[in-house]
Amino acid sequence: MSAAAPVGSPTLLRYLLRLGDLSLVLGQRLGEWVGHAPAIEEDLGLANIALDMIGQARLLLAYAGEVEGGGRGEDEIALLREHGDYLNPVLAEQPNGDFGQTIVRQVLIDAFQLELYERLASSADARLAAIAAKSVKETRYHMRYSGGWLVRLGDGTAESHARAQSALDRLWPYTVELFAEDEVDRAMADDGIAPPLAAVEAGWSARIGELLGEATLERPRDRPYTWFGKRGEHSEHLGYLLAEMQYLQRAYPGVQW
Amino acid sequence: MQNNRDWPLYEIFVRARGGLDHKHVGSLHAADAAMALEHARDLYTRREEGVSLWVVRSSDITASDPADAESLFEPARDKIYRHPTFYDIPDEVKTL
Repeated sequence: MSAAAPVGSPTLLRYLLRLGDLSLVLGQRLGEWVGHAPAIEEDLGLANIALDMIGQARLLLAYAGEVEGGGRGEDEIALLREHGDYLNPVLAEQPNGDFGQTIVRQVLIDAFQLELYERLASSADARLAAIAAKSVKETRYHMRYSGGWLVRLGDGTAESHARAQSALDRLWPYTVELFAEDEVDRAMADDGIAPPLAAVEAGWSARIGELLGEATLERPRDRPYTWFGKRGEHSEHLGYLLAEMQYLQRAYPGVQW
Repeated sequence: MQNNRDWPLYEIFVRARGGLDHKHVGSLHAADAAMALEHARDLYTRREEGVSLWVVRSSDITASDPADAESLFEPARDKIYRHPTFYDIPDEVKTL
């Protein structure tokens, strides 16, 4: 694929929706902890990360709206699409579960975003590079927070270790999707807009391996997986999440505060 | 919230800008100093309040007893000669 003009490129649009929806859906999930975290300090910590995620989603989805060129703004894209139009990986929409499951999900995604944003910061697409350069600073802190907690839980009590390991075993299969390259990923890599996913995977795998070692957790075996949120095929959980997230905008169209 | 009871209390100090002192801003619970730093970042620097953080275990602070205030601090009240403004500066002194 030759260097495509950003505006009107359906491939770039899909790529931006994948990134934006990952942050959007994970931010919504983290927001569910507000008022329910194990300590008020963690309540604030998780809410801060949630807000960072929503901020990233705004930048990415607003850009997606411009690339689409149909006049849709960030709110319309974020809040008024249908289930199958969301392109986040299925991992992001998995329920919070206990605190350990939330932390494991966060670690797996933080490491992915960190390895991705670090490389996207030198993207051939200047707008995307700027968004990544801003987001990578936030993501380094997210990684520090979630990674720190993973080590505390994994290398903590017998119960916290067992819960962290069980969450890891449950969520691990969904990570296959993060690195399953398709025609969108290839086109973005060919254009120098996105890094090759294999490079992201290598960085992710090393980072996660080191963390799991420190956390005394066992790395689950990779298993075949064929469920792709990045192609609009989601788990049942996304529908409930969207129902809550979209309720206000659908009940009161165009409402602002 | 009951887990909070197991976590010790930390006092948090924030330096607003380079060159300024760290100022006490409040306290929070954390399992250890590393976690206290992260909590402090999340609780006390959300609106760009600082460029540096100190955390100190509250139990490591030795404080004066409020009941001793009379004997500790009141005797200084009538020692007005300890303030530089007590002294008249002779006209001959140019730089002081």
